[in-house]
Amino acid sequence: MNEIILTPKEQPSVPLELLNVNPDTVAGKSIDEIRQIKIAHGNTEVELSEFFNVKGESSENPSEIRIVIDGDVYNTKRIGYGMQSGEILVKGNASMYVGTEMKGGKIVVEGNVGSWAGRDMEGGELIIMGNAGDYVGSAYRGDWRGMSGGKITVHGNAGNEIGEYMLGGKIEVKGNATTLAGIHMNGGVLVIHGDATTRVGGEMMNGTIIVKGRIDEFLPGFKYHGIEKNIEIDGEVIDSSFYKFEGDFAVKGCGGIVYANASKNGHIVP
Amino acid sequence: MELVKDVPCPFCGTLCDDIIVKVEDNEIIGTINACRIGHSKFMDHKSATRYTKPLIRKNGSLVEVDMDEAIDKTAEILANSKRPLLFGWSSTECEAMGIGVNLAEELKGVIDNTATVCHGPSLLAVQDTGYPVSTLGEVKNRADVVIYWGCNPFHAHPRHIGRHVFSRGFFRNRGRSDRTVIVVDPRKSDTAKLADIHLQVDSGRDYELLDALRSVMNGHEIPYETVAGIPRDTIYQAVDILGKAQFGILFFGMGITMTAGKNRNIDAGICTIQELNQFAKYTLIPMRGHYNVNGFNQVCTWQTGYPFCVDFATGYPRYNPGESGSNDLLQNKEADSMMVVGSDPGAHFPQKALERMAEIPVIAIEPHRTPTTELADIIIPPAFVGVETEGTAYRMDSIPIRMKKLVETDLLSDKEIMEKILERTKEFIASK
Ligand code: SF4
Repeated sequence: MNEIILTPKEQPSVPLELLNVNPDTVAGKSIDEIRQIKIAHGNTEVELSEFFNVKGESSENPSEIRIVIDGDVYNTKRIGYGMQSGEILVKGNASMYVGTEMKGGKIVVEGNVGSWAGRDMEGGELIIMGNAGDYVGSAYRGDWRGMSGGKITVHGNAGNEIGEYMLGGKIEVKGNATTLAGIHMNGGVLVIHGDATTRVGGEMMNGTIIVKGRIDEFLPGFKYHGIEKNIEIDGEVIDSSFYKFEGDFAVKGCGGIVYANASKNGHIVP
Repeated sequence: MELVKDVPCPFCGTLCDDIIVKVEDNEIIGTINACRIGHSKFMDHKSATRYTKPLIRKNGSLVEVDMDEAIDKTAEILANSKRPLLFGWSSTECEAMGIGVNLAEELKGVIDNTATVCHGPSLLAVQDTGYPVSTLGEVKNRADVVIYWGCNPFHAHPRHIGRHVFSRGFFRNRGRSDRTVIVVDPRKSDTAKLADIHLQVDSGRDYELLDALRSVMNGHEIPYETVAGIPRDTIYQAVDILGKAQFGILFFGMGITMTAGKNRNIDAGICTIQELNQFAKYTLIPMRGHYNVNGFNQVCTWQTGYPFCVDFATGYPRYNPGESGSNDLLQNKEADSMMVVGSDPGAHFPQKALERMAEIPVIAIEPHRTPTTELADIIIPPAFVGVETEGTAYRMDSIPIRMKKLVETDLLSDKEIMEKILERTKEFIASK
């Protein structure tokens, strides 16, 4: 792996957008050429080097490139946008849209990220060590086709409406998620290791949601199917007892499944 | 004294167009038919706190300047910003809005309207699920089941119930007694007191109730004894009544758009209406607040493809409420200047947004002294639409209505002011 190291100088209050700084777009460019890549700053365009020191070594082959953002870029959006191969490592926080429309490769963010991480993701792996905002792995506004492949892991907590209109792939949240997890889900797997407050699987048509923590209140549009033990999801066996629900019957022709940890969710069993 | 007939009222989204205004010596001396809010809107347009000259804040205090200087300074501030925000628009006419959108594009800025803090979630939901609407005329003539969900028109849209629900219609010639009125509200509001059925839903749990209603319509049995504080049997009865209608209408307000779930509540509400169409004709109309808040969403959609929160930073329109909404831009400290037209965010935005407004240059195109003008660095007073100047407005059911000019004024209209700002801004940008 060849590393290209971007060290942030300062984060301006009007955000930056790294729309075209990923292994695919920098492959074959010299470090000097990479410094001159135009990035968006509000309604103006500036060279990457205005806000980042750039060093390291590039490669002709994007899968051989790891871009390391060596610092906190809490006000930089669209990191890894549409990325197809290679790696990006962010050694701090990042703003909205990390890994949006990602098709391959791997992104690791050591800090927290803003909303819409992995929006419309098709493939690859997105790992967030801190917390994520709302709409992890969701669809573009107004679209009914969200994340279709790849894997997102959030080691901290996630916000509202994660997996919105999800079609495929897997989202795993190690902490808690807030309301409307898996809203309008049409496929794929959503695993929440912590609690999931309310409206889990609202209007879901298909797909599987597993909540290992507590669901405060469950929706009336689900049918209870009893207890299931050692469920197998995606080739992985989860050895606990789960209450199994099917729904959301608010939607015609639904067949979504929600598993809720039996040791914590007695209150939602009819 | 002259009696001007069929005047539309420039206050709420009901946009009553049957007001009679009494005019004498270029003064309004009274109204007939208007509700108390509408009446005071006509009478108070010339109140003591009305601005008549452009003002610029110099060394902390507002100083009168001529129009050219105010326009010049406005254009300079906007043209030198990296993320200018053009907000408001809901209490002016569509022609001014159209030029506002052009200005946002020229500036590569963001344009947004007050829907961002009222029916924005409805606009998001419409995009997700559709918009089965009718006109208020159809409601009056046909509706036999009327649902008011999360709104209190008795106080917020005072003539709405009288004009469209209690009144007689072509197929409802006994008026009120030909209709079943259902109110869904956690409070026993004055509107709820007029209802045949009041579903007193637990506060912030409308989504659960809608989920239950839809599931029952799809033949599902509710597994819980109560949902959102409402007994299961009451929900079955409600579905029964809804299903037996001939023509049903759902009016909904901020009690459901701005409570937990926001656009998802409306998404579920719209789907409920769509599904009710398997039993009867059902439509919906959002209870829009400002008289022309809908107009902005119309104008912005036909010019940019999106109804609000439109971001031109890249030169083409992008849209994402949550990122490009006024409150997002202000609270995230992204906006570096702000122009407010025809609204009062100073009175309605959260503290954190106001803190940012206090930090950045604010230009208010505003007839009256408001909390926003207190924060403003430039104030340009326009003529009052619907009283001193005409223009187009869209009623809550998207019917365009021509606002009237009743008295003369020396002030420029919002449209003329916007034209001047746009022209001067183009010059600034060209000289950069
Ligand atoms: S109901 Fe609304 S539009 Fe009608 S008169 Fe009253 S304020 Fe004006």
